[in-house]
Amino acid sequence: MDIFYTKDHEWVKVEGRSGVMGISAYAVKQLGDITYVELPEAGKEITKGVVVCTVESVKAASDIYAPVAAKITEVNSALESAPEKMNASPEEEGWIAKLEISDPDASKGLMTAAQYDEFVKSLG
Amino acid sequence: MKLTPLYGEHKKLLARFAPFGGWYMPISYEGILAEHKAARESAAVFDICHMGEFVFRGDAAELDSAVTRNVSSLPAGKSRYGFLLNDKGGIIDDLIIFRTGEEEFMIVVNAATAENDYEVLKKRLMSIESQPLSLSLPISHESQPLSPSLTDISAETAKIDLQGPLSRDVLKETLGIDTALKYFNFAHFEILGEKAMISRTGYTGELGYEIFINSSKAVELWSKLLSDGRVKAAGLGARDILRLEMGYSLYGHDIDENTTPAEAGLDMFVDYDKDFAGKKALLSRKAAGAAKKKVAFKSEGRRSPRAHYRILSGGKDIGEVTSGVFSPSLSCGIGLGFVEASLPVISDIMISDGGRVELKAKITDAPFLKETSLRN
Repeated sequence: MDIFYTKDHEWVKVEGRSGVMGISAYAVKQLGDITYVELPEAGKEITKGVVVCTVESVKAASDIYAPVAAKITEVNSALESAPEKMNASPEEEGWIAKLEISDPDASKGLMTAAQYDEFVKSLG
Repeated sequence: MKLTPLYGEHKKLLARFAPFGGWYMPISYEGILAEHKAARESAAVFDICHMGEFVFRGDAAELDSAVTRNVSSLPAGKSRYGFLLNDKGGIIDDLIIFRTGEEEFMIVVNAATAENDYEVLKKRLMSIESQPLSLSLPISHESQPLSPSLTDISAETAKIDLQGPLSRDVLKETLGIDTALKYFNFAHFEILGEKAMISRTGYTGELGYEIFINSSKAVELWSKLLSDGRVKAAGLGARDILRLEMGYSLYGHDIDENTTPAEAGLDMFVDYDKDFAGKKALLSRKAAGAAKKKVAFKSEGRRSPRAHYRILSGGKDIGEVTSGVFSPSLSCGIGLGFVEASLPVISDIMISDGGRVELKAKITDAPFLKETSLRN
């Protein structure tokens, strides 16, 4: 399974046409303690770059964008009562949605883990 | 942007900073929730050096005419919370007045408003004959009262707040100060070889103290308090949640120059049995009927209401949220706001951002938290 990142700090793990998405460790660190996640609905079709859901921290509400075009097949409902999982494990237990990816060339325009590390470093 | 004497300490603790009232202040260190928990369950220390402190030396009656609280009847060693009002009865600032002597008071004000407060107080407290000009005149009789003076001691005064149910134990065991100070009482103690003032006040709703010490000792006192394993450094993020859980107003958000104490539900901090600047306007505004009234509300679920969201009742826009957070103690949203005063008593409201966010909420009594260590 390969992992890719957007400039808005979402990640997507891709294996063939199935995917999982969430937000990066850098993003949750910037947000601070996450207190609420407005999950998307399973079955919803999303296009790349649209708002998928909203994550609220003690500081602010932030929109989360679709890293790829896909259909949402499952959402991480554990986050409803335990949004802090996103802080504790942003790239594993804190996943937001499972996806059925529409575009066979989905990773195009996304960063690899190494590229994303460089990108985050450049943000200081 | 101004920096407090503890800026270097915050950097060492890898704090996140943000501008606040003209100062570059720590918002959080380890995390807002952990810091909130420390203040509610153990002890937390806050850098509050940005707030302003003035000393007024003169007749209590003079000060009485400038602020809403009766200070003539205030005994030395006690403090009162009150307001500085404009001539329309609007709140220029909220403040605490400490009587440090028969003719000496310390006034603690908000950071962003400190400069203007000083000018307003100076105008009100310095009568014409005691302007600097008179200082050059020889004093002919020793019995003549001293000219009143107002001195801004903010720069040389550090304010460090220690708050939480264990804060009395921390004072005792880490600073060697065994005190039974009661709420809104204060006294002077020697800390780190320096005379310091400790006041049993705070902005968290817990047992706690505000420590005023010379700025040169700020770093040493901060480090000493943090050397106690029960104490965590906490930033303005946690402080905002802590105060809102108690329903305390924040100047510039919940109260301002266009709001009277009565509208803000804070009329008990106005002593109408004396004269003071703004009283006339307050009384006439009260007689005419207030345009808005303060409400406290709890919203359903974990989503946070936020400042400037609208308050709706039966689909009608009736007011605005002035402060809103997710309350970690109650696991729901809480907030303060204003609604039209003419409306009948309502309980069920909706909080809306004008877009996707719509929260069901209920108007409730403040404080939101009833059981705290505040009066332990």
